[in-house]
Amino acid sequence: MTHAAELYAAAAALLFALGAIAAIRRSRVLQRLLALNVMGSAVFLFLITLAYRDADPFPDPVPHAMVLTGIVVAVSITAFAVGLARRLASDGAHQEDDGGAPPG
Amino acid sequence: MSVAPLAIALPLLAATAILLLPRARGAAALAVAAVAAQVICTAILVLEVWHSGAARYAIGGWNAPLGIELHVDGLAAAMAFITAAVALPATLYAASSSEYREPGSWRAQDTFWPCWLFLLGALQALYLSADAFNLYVTLELLTLASVALVVLANSAGARRAAMRYLLAAFLGSVAFLLAVALMYADAHALDLRLIGARLSPGPLAWSAVAFACAGLAMKSALFPLHFWLPGAHSTAPPHVSAMLSGFVVAAAFYVFVRLWFEAFAPVVTPAAGQLIGVLGAMAMVWGSVQAIRQQRLKLMVAYSTVGQMGYVFLVIPLAQGSGTTVPSWALDAWRGGIYLLLSHACAKGAMFLAAGAIARALGHDRLPGISGIASRLPISTYAFGIAGMSLIGLPPSGGFIGKWLLLSASIASGQWWWAVLIVIGGILTAGYVFLVLGQELSQARSDEEAVLKRVPRTLEYTAMALAVAALLLGVRAIEPLELLRIGNPFEAPLEVGE
Repeated sequence: MTHAAELYAAAAALLFALGAIAAIRRSRVLQRLLALNVMGSAVFLFLITLAYRDADPFPDPVPHAMVLTGIVVAVSITAFAVGLARRLASDGAHQEDDGGAPPG
Repeated sequence: MSVAPLAIALPLLAATAILLLPRARGAAALAVAAVAAQVICTAILVLEVWHSGAARYAIGGWNAPLGIELHVDGLAAAMAFITAAVALPATLYAASSSEYREPGSWRAQDTFWPCWLFLLGALQALYLSADAFNLYVTLELLTLASVALVVLANSAGARRAAMRYLLAAFLGSVAFLLAVALMYADAHALDLRLIGARLSPGPLAWSAVAFACAGLAMKSALFPLHFWLPGAHSTAPPHVSAMLSGFVVAAAFYVFVRLWFEAFAPVVTPAAGQLIGVLGAMAMVWGSVQAIRQQRLKLMVAYSTVGQMGYVFLVIPLAQGSGTTVPSWALDAWRGGIYLLLSHACAKGAMFLAAGAIARALGHDRLPGISGIASRLPISTYAFGIAGMSLIGLPPSGGFIGKWLLLSASIASGQWWWAVLIVIGGILTAGYVFLVLGQELSQARSDEEAVLKRVPRTLEYTAMALAVAALLLGVRAIEPLELLRIGNPFEAPLEVGE
């Protein structure tokens, strides 16, 4: 592994930890969803790093395929969850504040 | 050519067909036909495995590591067949529940059947996947279909429970995806057999095991990650709860067992196995005690799932050897755990369907209010009793065989503490089963004699069919146990891939 790859892997680990803390500690649905997406992106970053770890000039395509599929999965779950959150907000039973999303 | 791909494709095709034909009058009929065809497909699959052993199918002719393979062994075939066999009565139950027949205000008919069939297709795909990333995708399909089915109960409570379920499952799947990436980092492979051959003890492999176990523990509601289960499983319609409690949590456990004894075999330690066993034992006690304390029948049955899944997790410490040696009792412990899982699925399905019929007749499922229901709904009461017998582990039932194998393994391995816990768990289970049966059989006070709604006979007979299935697993256990032996990870060492 090159130094750049180690840096990327460390960044991925940091992102994953940050996302995990927020996903567990936050209480609003939208914030937790964003945190889960940050965790997902961390895994994608790690996978992309894996693809370039050998000295081979051609990257390994398998992690790329996993990232693409993973994005599709994450987008579908997020879309479903946001739809459900809107429905919950209109139920009024759940105190939801969809306007106050934190940046990023 | 095998029927394995057909078992996956049939429900997916039927689901798509129902989606494409909006307001199709025959949606229910098409769904029932698809599930019946799935039962036949999986039965053929079982026969194939029985006669010619475990097999692998390279989809599109591409072999691993380049292609994504399906595999079928005794375990996969048994899970596939029992799933389809339980899904058929549950589908009939759904078809006779009037809410999916009446042209209602909300389009339950349009959305329920595709989600239901997607769930069944995803389960089969999960059992037959031989590839870690494919397992991740099928777990996600399962999550989306399950949460959608809980939402379709169409109450604010169900939506809140569904949201909690979705967020918990999402967290679990991100952890599992990270584990897949770590496995790939260490083993350069996604095929389970290749991972098992190439994984080497070290930080990468250990963190892969940790994240995979954490993610799957969340999805299979292992204590203390079970918090999402009671709400989701008790607010869903009865036939949905039957599949969620019987198979969706069991599917995550299935992946857990496959990884632990196949892909992770070279790196997991007995200490890690004991830790999983402790969590399972805590789930067993906590889930059962909570079940006894519940005041609503469906919530009680849902908590019972937490307890019974804990039971099943005892297979991990019991079937594990130390290092490379495989103890002589490992196979029996492993088969006992799987057997318990299969009989739990049948029994829990019967319980949810019976509870659904009772709740429909009374208009509620509060526990003190079900007094005297036995004389009005004798078949449902009987089904609940037989299913409870299997959960407690009384002979002759599938639960008895499973617990017996686990007990013998714990004594053979000298791990007597698990035997004690198995007995305690059985007594606690008896506690809540007899609590309900006592209520059902007691004489209702005349002023409480409620006017019962009529319950379609199908709702009662489908519950009875599942209870009988749990019983049959105990009466005729030799063949299923032999089937589980085919391609098991203990007797035939996995061949090392190139």
